[in-house]
Amino acid sequence: MGSRDANGNSIGDSSVSDLALGELNDVSHAGGIGVDQVLFPTREAYHGLVLRLKESGFEMCADLCAVDFLTHPGRALPDGIRPERFEVVVNLLSLSQKRRVRVRVQVPESDASIASLFDVYPGSEAMEREAYDLIGIRFSNHPDLTRILMPEEWEGHPLRKDYGSGRVPVQFKETPGPR
Amino acid sequence: MTTIDDQEVPMRVIERPAWSAKETSEGPQELLERSGTPEEEILREAGGVLRLPDGHVLDAGQIDVERSDDETMIINMGPQHPSTHGVLRLMLELDGETVLRTKSVIGYLHTGMEKTGEELTYVQGATNVTRMDYLSPLHNEAVFSLATEALLGVEIPDRATWIRTLMLELNRVSSHLMWMATNGMDLGSTSMMIFGFREREMVMSFFEKTTGLRMNNNYIRPGGVAADLPDGWEDDIDILCETILERTFEYDQLLTGQPIFRERTEGVGGLLAEEALALSVTGPLLRSTGVPWDLRRTMPYLAYDQLDFDVLVGTYGDNFDRYAIRLGEIRESIRMIRQILEKMPTGDYRVQDPKVTPPPRGRIDSSMEALIHHFKIFTEGFKVPEGEVYAAIESPRGEIGCYIVSDGSSKPYRMHIRGPSFVNLQVLPLLLRGGLMSDAVACISSVDPVMGEVDR
Repeated sequence: MGSRDANGNSIGDSSVSDLALGELNDVSHAGGIGVDQVLFPTREAYHGLVLRLKESGFEMCADLCAVDFLTHPGRALPDGIRPERFEVVVNLLSLSQKRRVRVRVQVPESDASIASLFDVYPGSEAMEREAYDLIGIRFSNHPDLTRILMPEEWEGHPLRKDYGSGRVPVQFKETPGPR
Repeated sequence: MTTIDDQEVPMRVIERPAWSAKETSEGPQELLERSGTPEEEILREAGGVLRLPDGHVLDAGQIDVERSDDETMIINMGPQHPSTHGVLRLMLELDGETVLRTKSVIGYLHTGMEKTGEELTYVQGATNVTRMDYLSPLHNEAVFSLATEALLGVEIPDRATWIRTLMLELNRVSSHLMWMATNGMDLGSTSMMIFGFREREMVMSFFEKTTGLRMNNNYIRPGGVAADLPDGWEDDIDILCETILERTFEYDQLLTGQPIFRERTEGVGGLLAEEALALSVTGPLLRSTGVPWDLRRTMPYLAYDQLDFDVLVGTYGDNFDRYAIRLGEIRESIRMIRQILEKMPTGDYRVQDPKVTPPPRGRIDSSMEALIHHFKIFTEGFKVPEGEVYAAIESPRGEIGCYIVSDGSSKPYRMHIRGPSFVNLQVLPLLLRGGLMSDAVACISSVDPVMGEVDR
């Protein structure tokens, strides 16, 4: 791991910090695997931060996924960030600066919803649908939040840790009868 | 009770509780008729929501939102359509032969590999991920191994790095040859299909000789590779490079200069760089729009920083550019393989760290400790320090990423794969809009989706 720089800046509501964006302009550790900078905004500051990141040169949303931390609550987080059950992880890519930044947002179980990035990065559409389908995070203002990998009438979200694998016998939509 | 021939027959009806499905279902995935679709959804399906600079914004006026339902027709293509490369299902709204809206419906090959990955140890994990993108299995293994090694903090030996680079480039050749074959087939050139498969077979037999399997090799593992290259591999590679390079010029004669092929690909399925970036498109699709983004060059991993190669870019972002880029990449890969042949160092093919590496087969017969060690590694696996990491490499289809969260045990707490085809499929509505139905097949083919990876 060695040079891994995970100095997560806790970013408060009001200050979508210039500090954090200033640090991002430092390209000393560009490239390489496992050396991305990690940011931990609050849920309210998340959308604004990603918008600022896009303006500061992160042209592409490379990846978006969600993690369910139900059985692993004691993970390492920077001071001031309260661990919640879910986490939405966004990997942004800057082609001009040749670097990545990872944004990790805590999403509580009681209200598993977060702003959609669709208006910033249209390419996050399928990835957000996948996160909704498999983990059950609701993305507000997403244009078409439906299941993408599982059948539409599937019950539950399979990648949640409390989802009983093998509990539900595989079921498919009833085949239409003869017309 | 139901009635058959005026007789009441007892029948068991299985009722699914409606409430529980309702709780998690957000509605149908299919393309709906315009009357039943909100305007912003129509705009999205037609690619009109892309917010692009310098006047490339598609607005509602450009897209015929007001068109009534009875002028258009929604048809279903797939999931068993032969040209959808597996089980891709497309719903197309057609006006005559012109495609107005497209929606891809996926999930027919979903087997829950990310969930399975949480149940398998890091030793077994490569066996699982290699089945995702079945045309470039080694890239899946490599990205998983690189992510695991970043968490473990092990440095793999030089020879292992170079063997990995060699195998990845060979895999890129075989994957692009497969694409040449199916793309030829989709455009009506059966000869190209036969040729593509014939040349790919050469790479496949080398894989079989080295790894024991043609596909789903489980060859690249955390800590190095499974076995050293076989004796005489240099000669095999030499013949392979020479033959395939020679034959790529035959493809030139067969397709590149052929008027029918050019007419069917040039100017079809155009994509702009801004659109590609907005839709997170990577790989040959992104490069065809003129963006020189190739992770091998821009964010080098393995031994790519010591190899001399060109990143090929297109100008128009159409199907012909994508064809030319893939054909050129076969040649570039062969150029790289020839350099690897000369630079291949000697040494270990896997890291000599007893924590990660099982003892050699010979010692198991003579040493009890070695037997226990071997047993422990293959039953319990090795523990990986807590943390999270995102690794990304350039697969033949684009950026394949692996995000692993470790809780300190021997199994990944969460293993997420960013499938390049899954993300790239989002451009289909854009590529197909306004084109002809017969070009749709060519456009699907030029995106090069592998459904195993799309659905995972």
